[in-house]
Amino acid sequence: MPRRLALRGVALVYLLVLLLAPLGMVFYRTFQHGLHPVWQALSDPFTVHAFEMTLLATAIAVPLNTLFGVLCALAIVRRRFRGKGLLNAFIDLPLAVSPVVIGLSLYLLYAPRGGWFGSWLSQHGFQVLFALPAIVLATIFVSVPFVAREVIPTLRELGNEQEQAAATLGATRWQRFWRITLPSIRWAVIYGVILTTARCLGEYGAVAVVSGRIEGRTETATTRIDDLIQNFQEGGAYAMAVVLAAIAILVLVLMMLTKPKESAY
Amino acid sequence: MWESKRDGTHAFWQIVSSPEAVGALKLTFGAAFVVVLVNAVLGTVTAWVLVRDDFHGKGLVNAVIDLPFALPTIVAGLTLLTLYGPHSPVGIDVAFTRTAIVLALCFVTLPFVIRTVQPVLLELDVEMEEAARSLGAGQLTVFRRIVLPNILPGILSGSVLAFARALGEIGSVVLVAGSTLHTEVVSVFIFNVIQDGQAPQAAAVAIVLLGAAFVLLLVVGALRFWVTRYERA
Repeated sequence: MPRRLALRGVALVYLLVLLLAPLGMVFYRTFQHGLHPVWQALSDPFTVHAFEMTLLATAIAVPLNTLFGVLCALAIVRRRFRGKGLLNAFIDLPLAVSPVVIGLSLYLLYAPRGGWFGSWLSQHGFQVLFALPAIVLATIFVSVPFVAREVIPTLRELGNEQEQAAATLGATRWQRFWRITLPSIRWAVIYGVILTTARCLGEYGAVAVVSGRIEGRTETATTRIDDLIQNFQEGGAYAMAVVLAAIAILVLVLMMLTKPKESAY
Repeated sequence: MWESKRDGTHAFWQIVSSPEAVGALKLTFGAAFVVVLVNAVLGTVTAWVLVRDDFHGKGLVNAVIDLPFALPTIVAGLTLLTLYGPHSPVGIDVAFTRTAIVLALCFVTLPFVIRTVQPVLLELDVEMEEAARSLGAGQLTVFRRIVLPNILPGILSGSVLAFARALGEIGSVVLVAGSTLHTEVVSVFIFNVIQDGQAPQAAAVAIVLLGAAFVLLLVVGALRFWVTRYERA
């Protein structure tokens, strides 16, 4: 079947040219002079600090968004309340809005001069913008939807007969959640957490706007890669990019292992 | 976002209609449109290959599709720059051109159409196509009359999501296209205006992007409503 082979060829060449060849090239460029320069670039104190900032923001954002995502999904699927349609629509908003616009909205709220909350906060000696809180807020904002979007379809399919049965047998709401609901949505939650983590580690646009990108203080991994390229320090940028790419490949493997069969895209 | 309205509607239009803003908006919408067309066609082909074809390493290819979701966008930009930038080993240098913008946006929006079409194709009954073929329909007719009508909603909703994503993308574009006069997409434009300390002006242009995002979300909602019309009846 020549047509089948032709289509296969088109698809594979497209993926190769667009995804795999560039990715392979970064690995080649990084390691072409051996391991030593890579290690040296990665032990730069500013680079270490940038990775620490990214990890810290991720460590705060992922648990919060997991909790929020599960609660939102439960509310949207199981409850009836005013504004439910609105919540359902708005939870996807961070996916449709540019990260720069998200960063800008935080900027306008928390600017020390003229920001709605910012002026009050700075009078009380608390700086949000160009500091860790802004980075964390931006990271949380962009990664809100992922857990809820994975859990909602699973909850829908699950139905609530089992929970009702447990309720008639005298199980409390808490027991029903821990014994029945959570085990059933476990894989969807895990899959959502993986996507959330990947998004948090890779966030660039919103963080670039609000962090101020001060070397050794508010630079994150992604913004530092950009800054290093702008300063013609390609070696350092490649080394950091390879670390993030390796994490992304790990994420892909985890996604493959945990993917729910009916995943909502 | 209220900031941009503070000085009134007049100031809003003045900023949004400035040549730089209009140029950035035109470029972004144009590039997003081209990218969506490319990925609608090649995404459908890829989804078809993943569902109907069979070859060694198909599972691996299927996993690789999600790479743009997993890879930080700035790293995506850097990978494209190493292969198609000034030090390209294959002699293709598109850095700081509009081609680079299209390339970067194709990268980040690749999964959308594939992942919306794939499940529909999986569910599609092959017997329908066999019946049509037994009645003398050619390959093209079968595709046009049976496969396409079924997967069209998937292609459309994937394309709309990809379009929304392409409009707001910054990380992958910033390294390969930068902010030269002819390659400044709207999110890079907004970013630069903020860096110049003019956040309220940036907000005016951001309103346009927000409006577009809102409309696109509505379109996705409408598509979902249309696709489930038989289930709801």
